Amino acid sequence: MPAHSAPPPRALPGGGETRRHVLVAVVLNKPGVLNRVASLMRARNFNIDSLAVSHTDSDDVSRMTITLHGDDVAVEQAAKQLYRLIDVLKVQDVTSEPTIQQELALVKIRATDSNRSEVLKLVELSRGRVVDLADGSVIVEVTGTESEIDAFVALVRTYGIKELVRTGAVVMARGSGSIEEAIKR
Amino acid sequence: MTITKGDPAHPPSPVARAATERATPPPTRRSHVPNEGSAEAAAVERARKGMLHEGRELKRTRIGADVLCEALLRQGVEVIFSYPGGVILPLYDVLGDYPELRHVLVRHEQGGAHAADGYARVTGRVGVCMGTSGPGATNLVTGIGTALLDSVPMVAITGNVPSALIGKDAFQEIDINGITLPMTKHNYLVRDADDLPRVVAEAFHIARTGRPGPVHIDITKDALQQETRAEHPTDAEIVAGLPGFRPNLDGHGRQLKLAAAEIAAARRPVILAGHGVLHAEAWDDLRAFAEKTQIPVAWTLLGIGVIDETHPLAYGYMGMHGWKHVNRAIQSADLLIAIGMRFDDRVTGNVRTYAPYARIVHVDIDPAEIGKNVAVEVPIVGDAGRVLRALTPLVDPVDPATRADYFAQLTEWKADSVASSWHGSGAWRDGLLSADYVIERIGELTEHEATYVADVGQNQMWLARYAGFRHPNTHVSSGGLGTMGFSVPAAMGAALGRPDRETWAITGDGGFQMTFQELMTLVADHIPVKIALLDNKKLGMIRQWQEIIYAGNYHSANLPGPDFAKLADAFGIPAFRARTPGEVDDAIRAAQAVDGPALIWFEIAEEQNVFPMMPAGKGLSDLIEKWGGAEE
Ligand SMILES: Cc1ncc(C[n+]2csc(CCOP(=O)(O)OP(=O)(O)O)c2C)c(N)n1
Ligand SMILES: [Mg+2]
Repeated sequence: MPAHSAPPPRALPGGGETRRHVLVAVVLNKPGVLNRVASLMRARNFNIDSLAVSHTDSDDVSRMTITLHGDDVAVEQAAKQLYRLIDVLKVQDVTSEPTIQQELALVKIRATDSNRSEVLKLVELSRGRVVDLADGSVIVEVTGTESEIDAFVALVRTYGIKELVRTGAVVMARGSGSIEEAIKR
Repeated sequence: MTITKGDPAHPPSPVARAATERATPPPTRRSHVPNEGSAEAAAVERARKGMLHEGRELKRTRIGADVLCEALLRQGVEVIFSYPGGVILPLYDVLGDYPELRHVLVRHEQGGAHAADGYARVTGRVGVCMGTSGPGATNLVTGIGTALLDSVPMVAITGNVPSALIGKDAFQEIDINGITLPMTKHNYLVRDADDLPRVVAEAFHIARTGRPGPVHIDITKDALQQETRAEHPTDAEIVAGLPGFRPNLDGHGRQLKLAAAEIAAARRPVILAGHGVLHAEAWDDLRAFAEKTQIPVAWTLLGIGVIDETHPLAYGYMGMHGWKHVNRAIQSADLLIAIGMRFDDRVTGNVRTYAPYARIVHVDIDPAEIGKNVAVEVPIVGDAGRVLRALTPLVDPVDPATRADYFAQLTEWKADSVASSWHGSGAWRDGLLSADYVIERIGELTEHEATYVADVGQNQMWLARYAGFRHPNTHVSSGGLGTMGFSVPAAMGAALGRPDRETWAITGDGGFQMTFQELMTLVADHIPVKIALLDNKKLGMIRQWQEIIYAGNYHSANLPGPDFAKLADAFGIPAFRARTPGEVDDAIRAAQAVDGPALIWFEIAEEQNVFPMMPAGKGLSDLIEKWGGAEE
């Protein structure tokens, strides 16, 4: 037995660099499935940053886009835990894949008579869309990646944000491959 | 929503279609559904023909409760542990029509859940427990959690308030589905009797397939009462309806080759065998693999029984209170082959200092277990039996002579640790009755052929260490949840599951006082459990921690108890008492001679500790072997 030199400590799983991950989960559209996913993430100590759910082209299948921060091993563990749910059909970590990522935000921005035109100009430059104009405020709709929306929000913050709502990212891998078709195989 | 199959108004979804196309059910590993042609299958068939209302002129309306009974019989269920209540009364109203479903009226729903658990662990079949809504359901929860943490196949059924009252805080309404959601493999709320056949069949399939676990079915009262013509699905339909549930049973060929290479290169390999080997009924495969490769086998608490302890390659029980020689072997191993175990913290201690020289091959049926607690070199996802059967041919037979040095070292360590453990506890002082002696005598006098059901605490560790296990599924213990009060009710289920074996409940005085109301069930239902009460008049394990870790601050460690002989007598259970080593054998023999349940009150040394002990947070090399006044 090699007792002469003290062995190095065993590496723990995970403990790597934390980064933003995007998981796509295709699940059966059954009552409670959102609850199961949320409950699992809570119980396993994963912190969800955003979660977007809708049904897919087939009514009995839903699709969730989950963004969370963690190291690669921890997120892989999250994906494996999700697979344990009976209603989960497919989970894919698309973080490192070429994807289209879009999020939509509605921002109610304080706009006075004196700065309204400045606000509108800025919105136009940032490819936002004004969807409501009122006395003292405008509602702007922006779509883009999470960081594009972050940037827009930071930009208009100086005027004053009265309300902000974001959908959370929805993500789709580029190319002709299909996660939904993959589950049929 | 449910996926409709073949309904022209709703063309099948791609998922359902694909699922139907590959709807060959994966062979489940254990025959909970009796094998065709067996006597069991014939009995089930008789029961179905004789009593099921399917295809017969009904003398009364077939209701949801009938469907539930039919579905249970179709799954080969022979006993349910249950307790009635308002909303589940419709079921009790028809139970009498199904005499093949033995109903055991427990004295507390927790006891029912543990009984179903004990039944499942010794038979490998799905255990069934039931209770009413509200408090009946919450009483089941501890037992469901116990089954979850130990991966025990169980179906727990509860009644719920009528669907129209759900969400209205009706009498005895609780969101039991919300409560069991994170502590079951899956759960259901059934509001429509037409869904019952599918749900029950799915629940059994899920509970026993892949990594086993508990499934909870909550049924509203109106669904139990509702008239229905619903038909029972075939196995293939059930599998097709669960497209998200396809456990991977066969190890990946490439991974198997990698594992074989690791094994060929290893000089000090150790097999770590866990509960998964028992679930897979893979004990013969394990032995064949170990013999061919000449690798010693260590086991987890729940792995006890994976190999006959007298086998030359059987090395011992690992972990916090495991054998020092076993932990030493793990700490010096260059390869760990972990099969159906999950590197629980009671097994590894501080992971940073765990098995520092070892590479790890990890076989588990649940991918989420691999890489969860320790990083591994070769992950293999699959059923323990199938993986072992595929792996064994890939490894070259090893000549034991080539391991002579290794084996000599192991033998020396073992002799040393066995000798030191015996006296380390210090109970031999003053002629006190030592718990390890009691356990050893129970093992001997039952010829190691009984089922031994542990409670939790010191008694559990003494049983694991000293009984001497020779057969699979003869040791039952709440490992993951560590549920005090488990022993007596679980033994009740175990005794019904394996009536051919004597069944012993080994319990501490603390755990016994949690669930001893089930003594009455033992009497009423003639269940011949022998209870070995190891009474140290203490929460012994608490006292031990307080002595060693909390500087002797014994808060709440003393546990005054009743006169246990009178207590047993009040239930009509013969009781025997042993206070000295000389009285032990007679007491055991007397209990064995009783035709029915019996209790032995062992008044053991009050301050005996379980050694060795790895303090929580420390490593496997930091075992405490004796303490304070313990004499060598
Ligand atoms: C339901 C429950 N409550 C509390 C505990 C914590 N606990 C673990 S061991 C133990 C003491 C057990 O005492 P006893 O049953 O007399 O067994 P002994 O250790 O003395 O053999 C306690 C309180 C537990 N495991 N389960
Ligand atoms: Mg005690």
